[in-house]
Amino acid sequence: MVKKIWNTILFVWMSGVIVGAFIWATQQKALKEYTRIIYFHVPVSWITVLAFLIAAVYSFLYLKKRLLKYDAYAEAANQLGFLFAVLATVTGSIWAKVSWGTFWNWDPRETSIFILLLIYAAYFALRSAIEEQDRRAILSSVYAILAFVTVPFFVFIVPRIYFSLHPDPVINQTGEVNMDFKQRVVFFSSLITFTAVFVWMLKTKFEIAVMRLRIKKLEREK
Amino acid sequence: MRKAWLILQKDIQQEFKTRFAVNAILLFAVVTLTAVSFSIGTYSASQEILAALLWIILFFSAMSGLSHIFVREEETHTADTLKLVALPVNVFWGKFFFNLILLILVEIIIIPLYFAVMNFVVIHTSFFILVMLLGSLGLTGGGTMVAAIISKASAKGALFTVLSFPILLPVLVSAISATNSAVGNDPVSLTGNAIQTMIAYDVVIITASVLLFDFVWNE
Repeated sequence: MVKKIWNTILFVWMSGVIVGAFIWATQQKALKEYTRIIYFHVPVSWITVLAFLIAAVYSFLYLKKRLLKYDAYAEAANQLGFLFAVLATVTGSIWAKVSWGTFWNWDPRETSIFILLLIYAAYFALRSAIEEQDRRAILSSVYAILAFVTVPFFVFIVPRIYFSLHPDPVINQTGEVNMDFKQRVVFFSSLITFTAVFVWMLKTKFEIAVMRLRIKKLEREK
Repeated sequence: MRKAWLILQKDIQQEFKTRFAVNAILLFAVVTLTAVSFSIGTYSASQEILAALLWIILFFSAMSGLSHIFVREEETHTADTLKLVALPVNVFWGKFFFNLILLILVEIIIIPLYFAVMNFVVIHTSFFILVMLLGSLGLTGGGTMVAAIISKASAKGALFTVLSFPILLPVLVSAISATNSAVGNDPVSLTGNAIQTMIAYDVVIITASVLLFDFVWNE
């Protein structure tokens, strides 16, 4: 019952954000209609990084505690992270087409999201190449952490070295948010909604993962 | 550290018996160099492209040879004995330095060849050597760790490149940009950032590898 109420709230709120983003929020002068991408692209990108962080944390926990549950959690977080990384790439690419003229031109930001996709793909490739459960868990956990320590180089350092056309991220060097009141309201509520949707998806995935482990255990006992 | 030195010696002696890794990586580098040289042919490529091509050759050569050091231990079933006699940290350092020596050996042979065949001209020689050294450290650090991971998986060869590439890309990208300044395309003062990134990357990847190696080795 509580779950149902939460889902309804989430549904209404998400609808509100979509309506707000397209109708209520004001447009930036230079960008006109393209302003609206920020309400979807930025939250999705933020979740990509968040999922990656969660996966690294669970990988670390697995190496510490050696509970298969944590490995399953890390895999679930990585799967969702991959989904959101694809969404961030596609929305960013569409915006690049209308704003820069091409879908893809290896801007540092585009490079970094592409590398993130590659890391996710490599993680799944590694998992599929190892049969034994414990060994797979250990090796993929180590790889997830190893990849995690190199990601800051892409996300923070490489765009600083190479000239990027990408608009300043919300966390920019001056630490200011260049948005007016209406934009700010829609943007931050969108950020919260997307995070809530992600948490809900992650919880569902965790439940499935735990059930799967239990079924496997039962099968082995039989 | 003495144990690490012993492991390094053991690996070098073993390598001398078969010369498998040296032959594989060196021939691979020569073949790639020939392929690049042939495909460019009589056209003269700009120094910028040549700097990038050099690193691509080195990267793929490293990918062909660096995994051998752990794969051999798994294939000959000597890993278990090694686990008994040495601490993981020492094993890692031994293997790391073996790979580093291997890569530098290849560079010593390939880079002069590259100069000769491709009309590649380096203006700031000492800077170029520094970039090569930092780049090799990064390639070896990440490569050795990923080699340890994939030596326990199936489809090792293909997996090694796939897993290494995203991890090694920061060092590859900054090495290419720093090499660009060494050949005189950009002023050296502009690439302080790339050098800083490479040093930071080397420290981070080697530290992370040392800390994580225990889990992979004793799984």
